[in-house]
Amino acid sequence: MAEAIQRRPRFAAPRGVSANELAMTAFIRDTTALAEVELRKLGRDPIELFTRAIQPTLWLLVFGQVFGRLRAIPTGNLSYLTFMVPGILAQSVLFIAIFYGISVIWERDLGILQKLVVTPATRSALVLGKALSAGVRGLSQGVIIYLLALLLRVPIRFGLGAIAGVLGFIILGSALFSTFSLAVACLVKTRERFMGIGQVLTMPLFFASNAIYPLSVMPAWLRALAKINPLSYQVDALRALMVEGGHPLFGLGMDLGVHLVVLAALVLLTAKLYPNVVR
Amino acid sequence: MVINRDHENKPEASLSTSTSAGENPPVAAPTVEMLGLTRHFGATTAVNALSLAVPNGCIFGLLGPNGAGKTTTIKMLTTVLPPSAGTAKVAGFDIVRDAVDVRRNIGYVSQMISADGALTGYENLLLFARLYGIERRLRRGRVAEALRFMALEDAANTLVRNYSGGMIRRLEIAESMLHHPKVLFLDEPTVGLDPVARHAVWDHLRGLRNDFGTTILMTTHDMEEADELCETIAIMHLGQAVAIGSPSALKVQVGPDADLDDVFVYFAGGSIEHGGGYTETAQIRRTARRLG
Ligand SMILES: Nc1ncnc2c1ncn2[C@@H]1O[C@H](COP(=O)(O)OP(=O)(O)OP(=O)(O)O)[C@@H](O)[C@H]1O
Ligand SMILES: [Mg+2]
Repeated sequence: MAEAIQRRPRFAAPRGVSANELAMTAFIRDTTALAEVELRKLGRDPIELFTRAIQPTLWLLVFGQVFGRLRAIPTGNLSYLTFMVPGILAQSVLFIAIFYGISVIWERDLGILQKLVVTPATRSALVLGKALSAGVRGLSQGVIIYLLALLLRVPIRFGLGAIAGVLGFIILGSALFSTFSLAVACLVKTRERFMGIGQVLTMPLFFASNAIYPLSVMPAWLRALAKINPLSYQVDALRALMVEGGHPLFGLGMDLGVHLVVLAALVLLTAKLYPNVVR
Repeated sequence: MVINRDHENKPEASLSTSTSAGENPPVAAPTVEMLGLTRHFGATTAVNALSLAVPNGCIFGLLGPNGAGKTTTIKMLTTVLPPSAGTAKVAGFDIVRDAVDVRRNIGYVSQMISADGALTGYENLLLFARLYGIERRLRRGRVAEALRFMALEDAANTLVRNYSGGMIRRLEIAESMLHHPKVLFLDEPTVGLDPVARHAVWDHLRGLRNDFGTTILMTTHDMEEADELCETIAIMHLGQAVAIGSPSALKVQVGPDADLDDVFVYFAGGSIEHGGGYTETAQIRRTARRLG
């Protein structure tokens, strides 16, 4: 056995490990590896997604129907229910993503995170992998809201481009808010504090947006907040793409730009905070 | 245990510059080298100017009472925690400047039993094979090799939540060896395992060292484990190494028929007087469990 203990030359990496591949290739590989694993787990245990259908159903059936009758909110050429459907989709995306950060605390307590951070994978790949799997979870909400909207006879746009656009924005929005949630989790580090903060964050994000009323009816201070709230851009894009007669207020290019820039900034920030959780 | 590694190593054999290993392993530069390694947490100094060298291919044990700084040392060496002062080199790379190179060359098994229960053993391994950057054409082979090496082939497609504690530990060691790391760090690898599983883990760790030349740095509270498995041990106390040597040499140093328990008490036994009473120990234990 002595021969096996002999000294090996020093390489940058052990044999079989690609040390010189492009950083981008490695980044994509690590991100998809992590997202794939999360989806596999989700596929084995999808119950959670269905319980998530209850809240948006209540919003649309109760709140939407009542306020639609009142005609209290000026929604232009759209009926109130039609106006509200994309808003409730955005809300579901937000609610499902904003508690996603708890998974990093969970994985820390299980010791899984400790193993991930000692692999050569970059921290931003660890973060974006999680964000993308949250993105796909968000798609389930899209399916649910489309079905509800059909039942309620809301005029849906069925063009392939429109639907693909909606799904794309759902993935981006879920990724954005779940990364925000991961950042919060990295800062607070315990489940109890995280759940508390999660509750505190959701409602302000929701109400300071154009999800269930337009910017035009807001007092100036709220409108200012709504304009820096990424959720407003999610709603704006979904409203333009999902329902007949919907128009983007900010422009789809602007909506997309805000999503990409905020997501990238949050991924970089969270990647910096990530190792804190295991220290 | 016969492991066939030749199929992937042959083409690079000509690059080898190593001296031929004679009867005795050659004296090489240490694979892990700590120089004044220090870590503070607020007012606590968890690791205090620690200087240790772990020779290549050695199974090295870090011992010491709860809170001695063992886990903190491993966290610094695995680049998870930046040192407050001092430096260390792992496999020739600086743990701060070349953190990614260090991570390419190490494996880590944490104090917690921690494989992902919602995945099968195979899926767990494949994830780490990808994250460790193992080339696509070698991935399946490496996963199969690790499963075989850790005697987990039959359980490969079972969800890990149905594994026993011993199997999970073996799976974690399998995960950490996929990329043939030069150094393997294990934090209390056999805690909570029954005697049979414990001996199995020891055999596998010896096998890793013998067949792959892996240098192993592990912590343990188990004196039998230290005695049987480790060639060199360092006893830590209050963040410092208070004794270093082979188990037999340390026993001789303490007394004619001392066992390793006596050695431990002799060098670190003052912990109760130094470290305060029950509450602090309980708190350290809790912290240790929480933080790994
Ligand atoms: N993240 C942290 N924040 C504050 N103090 C810490 C942290 N991690 C460790 N400590 C403290 O540093 C000291 C060393 O802890 P460490 O976990 O390294 O000990 P250990 O030797 O691994 O103990 P054990 O045998 O119980 O696992 C302890 O006093 C511990 O409370
Ligand atoms: Mg410890």
